[in-house]
Amino acid sequence: MAATASKTSAPSFVDLVIKKRLLGKGFLAVIALAAIWKLGVSLLANPSLFLQQIINGLQLGFVYALLALGYTMVYGIVRLINFAHGDVFMVGAFTSYYLITRFQLNLWLEKLAPGLPQWLTLGVGTFTVIIFSMMTCAFLNFVIERIAYKPLRTAPRISALITAIGVSFFLEYFGALNFVYTPNFITYERPFPLTVWVVSPQGIAVLPSGQAGPPGGIIFSSIAVIILVVSITLLVLLQYIVRRTRIGKAMRASAWDKPTSRLMGINVDAIISITFAIGAALAGAAGVLYATAFPSIVFSMGIIPGLKSFIAAVLGGIGSIPGAVVGALIMGQAETLSAAYISTPMRDAIAFSILILVLLVRPTGIYGEPEREKA
Amino acid sequence: MFKKIPRDHLIFFGGAFLIFAVIQVLISAGILNDFFIVIILIGGAMAIVSIGLNLIYGFNGQFSLGQWGFYAIGAYCAADITYRWSVNKSADGLIVVLLAGTFSGLAIVLIRHALSKTRGLDALSAFTLYLLAVIVLILIALQISKFLIPPINSLLHALPPNISMELVFVLSIILAGVVAAEVSFMFGLPVLTLGSDYFGIATLGFTVIVNVLLNNSDTMFGFQEMKGARGMIGIPQVTTWFWVFLFLLLVVIFTRNLLHSSYGRAIVSVREDEIAAKAMGIDVAHYKILTFVIGSFMAGIAGGLYAHVNGFLHPNTFNFIASFNPMIIIVFGGLGSISGTLIAAFTWQVVLEGVLRLILPSGFETWRFVVYPILLIVVMLLRPAGIFGGWEMPYLRQILPPLSHKVKSHSTDDSQSANIKKLTPAPDGGISTENPEATK
Repeated sequence: MAATASKTSAPSFVDLVIKKRLLGKGFLAVIALAAIWKLGVSLLANPSLFLQQIINGLQLGFVYALLALGYTMVYGIVRLINFAHGDVFMVGAFTSYYLITRFQLNLWLEKLAPGLPQWLTLGVGTFTVIIFSMMTCAFLNFVIERIAYKPLRTAPRISALITAIGVSFFLEYFGALNFVYTPNFITYERPFPLTVWVVSPQGIAVLPSGQAGPPGGIIFSSIAVIILVVSITLLVLLQYIVRRTRIGKAMRASAWDKPTSRLMGINVDAIISITFAIGAALAGAAGVLYATAFPSIVFSMGIIPGLKSFIAAVLGGIGSIPGAVVGALIMGQAETLSAAYISTPMRDAIAFSILILVLLVRPTGIYGEPEREKA
Repeated sequence: MFKKIPRDHLIFFGGAFLIFAVIQVLISAGILNDFFIVIILIGGAMAIVSIGLNLIYGFNGQFSLGQWGFYAIGAYCAADITYRWSVNKSADGLIVVLLAGTFSGLAIVLIRHALSKTRGLDALSAFTLYLLAVIVLILIALQISKFLIPPINSLLHALPPNISMELVFVLSIILAGVVAAEVSFMFGLPVLTLGSDYFGIATLGFTVIVNVLLNNSDTMFGFQEMKGARGMIGIPQVTTWFWVFLFLLLVVIFTRNLLHSSYGRAIVSVREDEIAAKAMGIDVAHYKILTFVIGSFMAGIAGGLYAHVNGFLHPNTFNFIASFNPMIIIVFGGLGSISGTLIAAFTWQVVLEGVLRLILPSGFETWRFVVYPILLIVVMLLRPAGIFGGWEMPYLRQILPPLSHKVKSHSTDDSQSANIKKLTPAPDGGISTENPEATK
C-alpha cells in the first residue's frame, strides 16, 4: 500500500524499490527479525534451557543427517526422490528390535566374556546390532532397486517416482500386517541402559533415574553419546568412501555424467546399486538410533522423519553430501526450538516454511549448484 | 443455415449424456446402494482434481504436489459456508468469503494490470505487495459484511429451504474454487520461479502446511466448527450426481477449449521447452501462473463437492501421503490425456474403495493396501507411459504432439540411445503446422 501511495509523488523512489528488490527483502527481513527476536528473548530468559534445546536439536539433527544422506546420494546419482527411504529406516528400527528382544545380540560379548566392564560389552553389542540392521537395510534396498527402479531407468522420471511411492506403501502396509510387525505401537528395548549425566556449575554428576535435574543444569544421556559417536563415525566413513576410494570416484563420475562414465569402463548399474545400498545402510543406522532416542516403534514411524530429513537434504542442496548434513542440523535445531518456543503442533509447518523461504533466497538450496542448462 | 455438428462432438456429448442418464437412473431406481453412490461421487471429485493437476503437470510441465492442499482448502472453505448456513441458519460465512474473495480477486487483477507496465519487479516483492493488499482488503470485507449479513439472511430465509440450500451450496463450491485459486496465485507467484523438483518440494510443503493448519484450526485460529484434528461433522450432504456430473462436464469442456486456443498452445510450449518458448515471445512466467491458478481452481471446486458427500471432513484425508493420489491417477491415465485421466480417476476410486474391499475375503481387509502398491508397481513397470499410453477421445484430442516424445530432461538416464529414440516422431504424431514450437 505504501508503495502505491508513493508511486505518484516520487517515481524515482519506486524505481529504486523495484531495482533493489526492497519489498521482497523487507518481507524476508521482517520474518528473520521476528525469529531472531524470539530466539534472543528465549536465550536471555533461560540460557541453560536454551542450551539444553540446542543439544536435543543436535541429537535429532545427526539422526536426520544419516537419513538425509540416503536421499541426497540417490537423488544425486539417478535424480529420483526415493520416497521409500523413510520406510527402509523403519525396517532398520524393527530389525534391531527383533535382534535385541529375540536374539539378545547386544549381550553377545557379555555372555562370551563375562569379566569385561559393562560399558565395553554393551558398547560393542550396540555396534553389532547397528551393523546387522545396516546390512539388512542395505540388502533390502538393493533388492528394491533391482526389482522396482532398475527397469525404469529410461522411462519418464515420474514413473520411477510413482514406483517409489508404491514401494513405500508396500513396506508400510505389509509391515502393518498382523504376522509381520502388527499395526500397534511397540515399546522398544534399548540395547544399552540409559545413563543420564547432569552438567552444572558444580561439575558433572550421574543423575539417578526418575529424578529431575537441578535448575541451571544441562542434561545429556548415553543416548546422545551413542548418537553422536555412531553418526560422526559413519559420516567420516562415508566421506572417506566417496572421496578416497575407487567406488566413490565411480559414484561421483556416474552422478556427473552417466554415458561418459560408461565409456570410461564404469559399471554404472552396479554403482547405482551400491549407492542405494550405502544410503539404506545409513538409514538403518538412523533407524536404530531414532528408536533408541524415542523408544516407541510402529509401522508408520518412517514417514515423518523421512519427510523431515528429505526437506533437510533439499535445504542443504539435494545432491550435495555436506549440504545434507548442514541441512539436517538446521532442521534438527528448527524442530526442537520451534517445539520449545513457538508451538509444538506447528513445528512441521515451520520446518517447511523455513525450507520454502530458503529456496526463495537460494533456489537450489544452501550448498546446491545452480541448475545446469541442458545442452 | 446451420453448421453441421462434427461427429466427434456428437459422440462426446451423446456419450456424456448417456453415462449421466444411466447412472442417474440406477441411483433413482435404488439399484446402486449408498456405498457405490459415494464411490461414484468421490470419483467425480477425484476426476476434477486430477484434470486440474494434469493441466499443471501434464500440459504445462510444472511438477506440483500441492494440488491436494488446494483440494483441502476448497473442501474446508465450502464446508464452512454451508455448515454455517445449515446449522447456524446464517449466511455470514457466505457473505464474508464472497466479499473477501471478490475484493482480493479484483485487487489481484488490478495490481497485476498495473504491474504489467513496470518491468523488473521480482516475484517476492510482488508477493509482498499482493499480500499487503489482500490483508487490507480482507479486513475491509469483514467490516462491510457486518452490514450485509442481516438483509441477505432475511432474503435467503424468504426462499424455500431447498432452493436456498442449493443456492448456498453452489455458491460455496464456486467460492471454494475462487479461494483456492487466489491462494494458489499468492503461493505460486514466488514459488513458480523455482526449478522443477524444487517447485515440487515447495508445493509438497504447501500441502503439509495446510494440513497442519487444518489440524489446529480450532485451537489456534478460532474456527470452532472445524473442530481441528477431531474432524468436522454436520456438513449438509447435498452433493448429488447431477452437480458432480455438471461440474465435471464443465471442467472437461473448459480444459478442452483452453487447450485448443492459443493459450493452450502457449501452455504446452512451456512444457516442451521453456527457452524455446521464451524465444518465440511467450511470457513463460505468466502462463505458468495462469495454469497453476486454473488447476487450483478446479481442485477447489472438487474439494467443495467432496466435502458435501459424506458430511464429514478430517485433516488426515488431506495429509501429504494422500497428496500423491492425483499424481498417481494422472500418471496412470497418461500425462497430457484428459480422457485417460477421467477413466483412471473413476477406475482408481472403484478399484481401491470398491473392488478391493469386496473381493478380499474377510479377515484380509488389511491386505487392501498391500495389494494396491503391488498393482501400482506392476502397472508402472509394464506401462510406464500410463495404462492408455496417451490415448485421447477424438473430441478432446489436441492438435499437438503428445507427451510421449518429450525429451531428455524428463528421463533419469541421459544416455545417447534414449535420446535418439525419444526424438523420433511417433507414427500417429499429428504434428500440426499451427504451432512452430512443436516442430523442432
